[in-house]
Amino acid sequence: MTDFGAAFAAAVSLIATLDAGLVEIVGLSLRVSLSAVFIATMISLPLGAAVALFRFPGRGAVVVVLNALMGLPPVVVGLIVYLMLSRAGPFGVLGLLFTPTAMIVAQVILITPIIASLARQVIEDLWEEYSEQLRSLGAGPRQAVGALLWDGRFSLFTAVLAGFGRASAEVGAVMIVGGNIDHVTRVMTTAIALEVSKGDLALALGLGIILIVLSVGITGAAFVLRESARRAHGA
Amino acid sequence: MAREMSGAPAILPLAVEGLTYTAGEARLIDDLTFRLEPGPRTVIVGPNGAGKSLLLRLCHGLLTPTAGTIRWSGGAGPDASRRQAMVFQRPVMLRRSAAANVEFALSLRHIPRDQRKQRVAAALAKTGLADVAGRPARVLSFGEQQRLALARAWALEPQVLWLDEPTASLDPAATRAVEAIIDAIHAGGTKIVMTTHDLGQARRLGDEIVLLHKGRIVERAPTADFFERPQSPLSRAFIQGELLW
Ligand SMILES: Nc1ncnc2c1ncn2[C@@H]1O[C@H](COP(=O)(O)OP(=O)(O)O)[C@@H](O)[C@H]1O
Ligand SMILES: [Mg+2]
Repeated sequence: MTDFGAAFAAAVSLIATLDAGLVEIVGLSLRVSLSAVFIATMISLPLGAAVALFRFPGRGAVVVVLNALMGLPPVVVGLIVYLMLSRAGPFGVLGLLFTPTAMIVAQVILITPIIASLARQVIEDLWEEYSEQLRSLGAGPRQAVGALLWDGRFSLFTAVLAGFGRASAEVGAVMIVGGNIDHVTRVMTTAIALEVSKGDLALALGLGIILIVLSVGITGAAFVLRESARRAHGA
Repeated sequence: MAREMSGAPAILPLAVEGLTYTAGEARLIDDLTFRLEPGPRTVIVGPNGAGKSLLLRLCHGLLTPTAGTIRWSGGAGPDASRRQAMVFQRPVMLRRSAAANVEFALSLRHIPRDQRKQRVAAALAKTGLADVAGRPARVLSFGEQQRLALARAWALEPQVLWLDEPTASLDPAATRAVEAIIDAIHAGGTKIVMTTHDLGQARRLGDEIVLLHKGRIVERAPTADFFERPQSPLSRAFIQGELLW
């Protein structure tokens, strides 16, 4: 118990003094997850809109696959990306294994299905409501998609936040493809997973606190967003 | 005024031939042939499920007929849809301000940006919505939303305006406001084609009445004739308020 108390005090002081080691890890975590979220969003919104609006062969399969992939275990994603990027794999020549780029790739694969599925649902519901009106006004497919993305902006941003929450909290994928290399690929979750066993409770706890704050912040932001959207637009 | 609003060629009269829409076995719109001339306000009446909404959506181009043709005059081709507007029974409000709802419609018709503001303001003023221009459309009252839907359609200066039971869910005061707006739009030279199940409204707004029943036109006549001298027993029953399912 005193062990814990001391570790907690040390953790708080690490955060309060902006300890260089801690800041580096948090910085890399944010860089990896925000990059992954950005790329996944760029893929997910058009994909979600296409699946929501257009009837094309294989559409049903895409919906099923997207929904199935939503629950993909991070370690499995890590394993697949590892195999792709390893020396013997199809992308081995790129030499990306154990780099932040590999971690970004893994997280993109992990969260694209989440954001795309949520975006599809949002856009499909809006389209159901808007489609005749938009067609009556003469909107073409591009203009319709633009209007749907804009009018669904609050819900879509919530979907993006969900993706960010998942990316920043997962440990399995970044562990396997990043390797938790100090100063190179060590992020918050991998640091916690490994430092605990090595006995550096203070760093692990400090990072844990930051992760909790981040998670609460995301949930809070999503809530505020929903509420303000409801008040402003009745939906 | 009618020509002033569009240097574009007139799309009326509209010639509809053999128009049919089926779902499974049911012939929901059953081999309709008719013309719509510019000018008189055409009011389509009929019991629930008669096919009034389907007919408007088919003519407006939102649905593809199972059979038959819908021919606009003047070889307007696909351009005909740009000279029409439609107001639905339940107003569809975009999640933006009232003004932005109108502006969006104008932008889709490629109205230059510098003209839009003024046209938006004019449409909102004419529908009594100037005070709520900046308010999110979806928090407006139902009556205001329906007036906004009319403003959005009016701003497009359509040659034909389709109205599908525009007052069905409104109270009497809101209904009067909507009827006044419809009259003003008509006075500006726009052909009005409206459905209603309110016979009082049909008398007030209609220059001619079309009675639709089970996807067929039972009778079409000038309003006074339709109500004073109905030719069909079905029309008489309908006017007397006997349901016709
Ligand atoms: N897309 C559709 N598919 C199948 N049946 C439909 C469809 N739309 C409407 N109907 C049916 O067609 C009939 C006419 O509908 P509608 O045009 O909405 O009637 P009205 O507007 O006169 O009340 C109704 O019986 C309705 O249930
Ligand atoms: Mg109807």
